[in-house]
Amino acid sequence: MKRNENREGIKGMANPGRYGIERVSYWLMRITGLGLLAYLIGHIYETSSILNGKSVWDSMLQLTQTTQGHIILTLVIGMCVFHTANGIRLMFAHGGFGVGKPTRPDYPYIPNSQNMKNKLCIYASIGVAALAMMYGLSVLFGE
Amino acid sequence: MAEEQSPTEASSKTVTLRIAKSNPEHDSASQFAEFKVPYERWTTVLDAILDVKKHMDHSVAVRYSCRQASCGSCGMKINGRPGLACFTKISELNSDVVTVEPMNNYPIVRDLVVDLEGMFSTHKKMKPFIINEESEVTANTKEFLQTPEQVEEYIQFSNCIKCGLCNSACPTMATDSSFLGPQALTQAYRYVADNRDKGKNERLKIIDESHGIWRCHFAGSCSQVCPKGVDPAMGIQMLRGYLLGFKK
Amino acid sequence: MRESIIMKIHYGTALGAVVLVAVHVLFRITMMSYGDSLQYENVIANYKFVPYAIMLELILVLLSVHGFNGLRVILIELKQGRSYEKAVTYGCLAAMAILIAYGSRTILMTSMGMT
Repeated sequence: MKRNENREGIKGMANPGRYGIERVSYWLMRITGLGLLAYLIGHIYETSSILNGKSVWDSMLQLTQTTQGHIILTLVIGMCVFHTANGIRLMFAHGGFGVGKPTRPDYPYIPNSQNMKNKLCIYASIGVAALAMMYGLSVLFGE
Repeated sequence: MAEEQSPTEASSKTVTLRIAKSNPEHDSASQFAEFKVPYERWTTVLDAILDVKKHMDHSVAVRYSCRQASCGSCGMKINGRPGLACFTKISELNSDVVTVEPMNNYPIVRDLVVDLEGMFSTHKKMKPFIINEESEVTANTKEFLQTPEQVEEYIQFSNCIKCGLCNSACPTMATDSSFLGPQALTQAYRYVADNRDKGKNERLKIIDESHGIWRCHFAGSCSQVCPKGVDPAMGIQMLRGYLLGFKK
Repeated sequence: MRESIIMKIHYGTALGAVVLVAVHVLFRITMMSYGDSLQYENVIANYKFVPYAIMLELILVLLSVHGFNGLRVILIELKQGRSYEKAVTYGCLAAMAILIAYGSRTILMTSMGMT
């Protein structure tokens, strides 16, 4: 008999609450990764219009030089900066750096790996992404 | 279901305990039964469940044994987060309603009881024993001496009581039924980090597969719910350090 | 291929892409105003500058490998099964190859003046 495994499923995996900022960063990393892949595909399609001459390039440029286009590009800047900054933190962590040292556990058992350094790096990644988005907005709308 | 009141009310404070009841052998749907339970500052969720079982509904299925966070039997989802029922006080939940459900990512046996067989089998897959040809104790062999520093390398990870809370909180386990899980990976590190052990390469080969260690993304939920301070997230990243060549 | 090798490639492509994408973005905002840098003639001039074209090709390869491997990881964590996982792996490889081929065609033809 096939038993119900009672998996939490996508809803549980994608739920960024309950487990603090580390789980939020896990969720943001996924979403930004997917968003950036979608942008990469779109960007390659968009820039390939250059092969069809100046008029096609200009009309494609017109499409992206709208308010919606600028907002999408600003979001891409934010996603890119967060994914990069948090990705570098994760690369260090995956190598065993910055996750603390093993110690004899003592009540109330605050895990060393969920340390302040990591939390600060996550907040900094979000902060830097927000700053980059603001800079992007000023460049895109300040033309 | 109708709300029932415990007859043993000595305390003025009461909490509504919602217990998820299901029996997959008859019906996979889970229903919540609500009970008003008296509690004191020291009353644990397990105490409340046992109070219900004794006075209101004998049919509630719950697994427990030591009542002191040593046996790892009473893992369940308490107000949405995995925890040991015997190690969670009702007063610290700061809620008038306490909802208890079976842990996610394990098949339900009945009500709050889940089948931990999957976790035990991945645990065994990690070869959770010292691999060393000289480890057999015979009349002529000496004991292995370790410095306190060498013990510190792994002792934290040997505190695991196999309660399964980490696997229940893990976001990868939520959808990936083939993932080895934080419990097993941490136990692999516990032995790899032990200088008496010579089975590092064997274990690294087992975990280096498509549903092995690389499916951990350091969300850290496993460490946040561990009732023994094992910190699986740390162990897994340390273990990955060997595969990435940062550790020898 | 062992998963550790795939993931080392994943990390390596990420590091490479960070550096090169930074140069790519700086090209858009430091040489001239952002709007001017997107004018047809300036973009064509960028493509005809061989080191820049090589850099674009590298970015294309690095990001495609990194992006589609990331997608493969997400998809195999969502659902399991031999045939499904095989389909995901080969599907991602094919999509990656198509994207690289399509982007390379643009870079090559534009840098050779075939517009």
